[in-house]
Amino acid sequence: MNRLQLLGRWTAERMTVFVAGVVLVYMFLPIFFVGLMSFNDPTSRLAYEFQGFTWDNWRDPCSPVGMCDSLVSSLQIAFLATIGATILGTLVAFALIRHRFRGRAPTSLLIFLPMATPEVVMGSSLLALFSSAGLAGNLGFWSILVAHIMFCLSFVVVTVKARLAGLDFRYEQAAMDLYANEWQTFWRVTFPLVFPGILAAALLSFSLSFDDYIITNFNHGNTITFPMFVWGSAQRGIPPQVNVVGTTMFLIALLLVLSTGLLQRRRSR
Amino acid sequence: MARSTQDSRASGADLSLTSVTKRFGGFTAVDDLDLLVERGQFFALLGPSGCGKTTTLRMVAGLEEPTAGRIDLGGKDITRLRPYKRPVNTVFQNYALFPHLNTFDNVAFGLRRRGVRDVKNQVQEMLDLVELSTYGERRPTQLSGGQQQRVALARALINRPQVLLLDEPLGALDLKLRRQMQIELKRIQTEVGITFVHVTHDQEEAMTMADTIAVMNHGVIEQIGGPMELYDNPATTFVSNFLGQSNLVAGQVLGRTGDELVVEVEGSKLGVPVDRARQTSGRVWVGVRPEKVFLVSGGTSTDEGANVLGEARVIDVSFIGVSTQYLVRMPWGQELTVFEQNTGARERFGVGDSVDLHWTPAHTFALDASQDARAGDERYEGGLATAGVGT
Amino acid sequence: MSVADVGETLEGRTGKPPRKRARRSGWSTGYLLLLPGLLWLLVFFVAPTIQLAATSLYDSAGSLEAGYAMTWSFGNYLDALSTYREQFVRSLIYATTATGLALLLGYPLAYAIAFKAGRFKNLMLMLVIAPFFTSFLVRTLAWKSILADNGAVVETLKSVGILAPDGRLLATSVAVITGLTYNFLPFMVLPLYASLEKIDPRLLEAGKDLYANGFTAFRKITVPLSMPGVVAGTLLTFIPAAGDYINSELLGTPRQYMIGNVIDNTFLVQLNYPIAAACSVVLMVVVVVMVLLYVRRAGTEDLV
Repeated sequence: MNRLQLLGRWTAERMTVFVAGVVLVYMFLPIFFVGLMSFNDPTSRLAYEFQGFTWDNWRDPCSPVGMCDSLVSSLQIAFLATIGATILGTLVAFALIRHRFRGRAPTSLLIFLPMATPEVVMGSSLLALFSSAGLAGNLGFWSILVAHIMFCLSFVVVTVKARLAGLDFRYEQAAMDLYANEWQTFWRVTFPLVFPGILAAALLSFSLSFDDYIITNFNHGNTITFPMFVWGSAQRGIPPQVNVVGTTMFLIALLLVLSTGLLQRRRSR
Repeated sequence: MARSTQDSRASGADLSLTSVTKRFGGFTAVDDLDLLVERGQFFALLGPSGCGKTTTLRMVAGLEEPTAGRIDLGGKDITRLRPYKRPVNTVFQNYALFPHLNTFDNVAFGLRRRGVRDVKNQVQEMLDLVELSTYGERRPTQLSGGQQQRVALARALINRPQVLLLDEPLGALDLKLRRQMQIELKRIQTEVGITFVHVTHDQEEAMTMADTIAVMNHGVIEQIGGPMELYDNPATTFVSNFLGQSNLVAGQVLGRTGDELVVEVEGSKLGVPVDRARQTSGRVWVGVRPEKVFLVSGGTSTDEGANVLGEARVIDVSFIGVSTQYLVRMPWGQELTVFEQNTGARERFGVGDSVDLHWTPAHTFALDASQDARAGDERYEGGLATAGVGT
Repeated sequence: MSVADVGETLEGRTGKPPRKRARRSGWSTGYLLLLPGLLWLLVFFVAPTIQLAATSLYDSAGSLEAGYAMTWSFGNYLDALSTYREQFVRSLIYATTATGLALLLGYPLAYAIAFKAGRFKNLMLMLVIAPFFTSFLVRTLAWKSILADNGAVVETLKSVGILAPDGRLLATSVAVITGLTYNFLPFMVLPLYASLEKIDPRLLEAGKDLYANGFTAFRKITVPLSMPGVVAGTLLTFIPAAGDYINSELLGTPRQYMIGNVIDNTFLVQLNYPIAAACSVVLMVVVVVMVLLYVRRAGTEDLV
């Protein structure tokens, strides 16, 4: 092998890592800007450039009218939607993997379709249904919740199903062999082993619901969620406190993930 | 959980299977099987992959329901009992240790399900028995294969089952560890005195550990007996080939002199003890183990009363230290195997040498000629059996 | 199930554990578990979709207050397609471009995480997921700052001459596609990583042993084996990108509007339900048909 080939190979080896690094930077650039802008002291409301440093936004994050109310609504909806979707989806996943029933193919299709449908279609069709049912004037918290459970459900099914499918039946047989009846086997063995999948599904649901703008926009009535608040204020100029919320959420998520990582490491030591 | 069978727990109990059949769709995995395992026995179910041995074990454990037949344990019918209602425990293949529990909690699992409150001493005792006293806090993933195996054993044994079922328990271990664990398992079985039913495809493992072996093939038992009995006096061509190696030549029974049958094989007359013949008239397979045969130079065989087959030619010689393996071609084209111990007192032969084969009639056996002479032979079936015992 | 399968299952030799044979009670339990979830989807996904299709055939001369009459007006579709053809085509072009770019960017990242990250693997994965937890809208708005007219990015591009002195990024297709690619990139990376991670490195060594060329081994082994990830990733990127209108609204102008903007506007501002529903149905049909064709071609039908 000559020098040129060696050089080529050296570059190729590092190329992927280099490109990967660049992509990561691309992914984190906006987060960095969100963090930066949370300290912005804008001279005009429509400014998107960093104009001056201030702690004010962090000292008083709730000063923009309605922002913290919208945040509370979003958290409530995300929390309830997560519980609803996780329970319904987990049951479906168990049925799909562990039980026999007629109509497996249409069921799978029904689970798949919401994931293959653009949000704008789901949002508008729900609105079409609600308004034809004469509910257009009563939309609000409940209709957002109903919609969020609907589009989170498929993601829960897929996530839990994957975990369940990878679960070795021998653990449950071993439990039965060791005097655990069906109920005990489920709660002592099956559930703890599937739990990481259920937790992942719940986290996914929470972030999907909390982040949703499009479907919510069609069915929100008078309820304002955090994404709706951001959208509304984007027309008039974004208050920098929005970035405080964004940064805080990112930090909480990071902390959560890091601490579970540390916990796992300590456990396996 | 109160049990009426509590009293017989420690000593184990007889296990019997009566006409047990298991079908999966159109496939019969176990076919009208009868089996009696006496209490305190170390019993091995030996057979190639797919012979139905694991299914049999799972039916005893309650993890499969027989299609037909009856399973009794200590005189009680347990055929339809749920697995957790049976005083039977299993050491699973690949162990199936609960990954979310540590060693201690794995071992304590069965006791806790039965409502035993203070498990600490019992678990510690059991961990001592399998020499893992200090590993209670470890998770299964932090244990080596051999350690996992011992945890699985402790987890089952702590319940003092009447029968302990072992499903290829040593299959995942490397050869050296397997030998070590064979001795270990035998020691533990003697110590606790529980009935062990051990499923394996490894004939050497079965022979080393078991008091009684049942050789299974295609869902039926070919032969049951002690290791020596099975090896020295196989009942079928399958057993003769699956346990060690055999030379089988076609012969015709001519008659009987005293306790011996006289069989003609390609012009030579061979003697077979009547009690070692599964068929006493007509066409038979005459069998002899390779290590029972001696080689001498062609035409020099003088041993009176011995069985002799002459005019063979050596076609392959493998020297393997303790013995030399010869492959010889008979005048009628068949190839036979001969193992000669390297005692130094025996003549050595090379490829192409002309030789005679001779052996004592007492080491000869005769089998039903309607059976396939190649049945159970790993060279033809690609089976998983390890190197022959005769070496 | 062939006899060989049964034999293997019986001996438990396959990697897959034997399927639990459902007990007698298994049938009814299965239906009970399915019932609530499927009912939810029937009422809040299937029924609305049917209602949407019905709405798209209402007389578009009606109004929300006066009520719509069902007139089987297939003409709504002609109206929708002729009026908004531009936005339909633009949606498909933007979504396809963004998906292609996401694949181009996501593959090296997923590859690096799967094969080169070593003990940083979990950390890198976390970094990929982390942006999820900052609001979608807030992140998209951050791009407004990044691509701002007098921001560092624009200045740099101007100084190297890629961008004309009076050129800008914000309010162009570039900004919208950048936003789309960015927003859906994690959906590309995660499935790609999942399928790459499953590849046994020994296969690549065997491949190099036989082909003796790293690139050929990559092309003939890694790429085919990662196809399920590529299919899942491109779908998960394309579907939301095709229906998105947040990026075109926040980073673009009406000249960059996609079909999502049209549906939103026609439904919620113009309140012309029949035409808006027709647009929605067309979008859904186009996406579902493209997805099915693509899945069939790629040969991975077991996505669910």
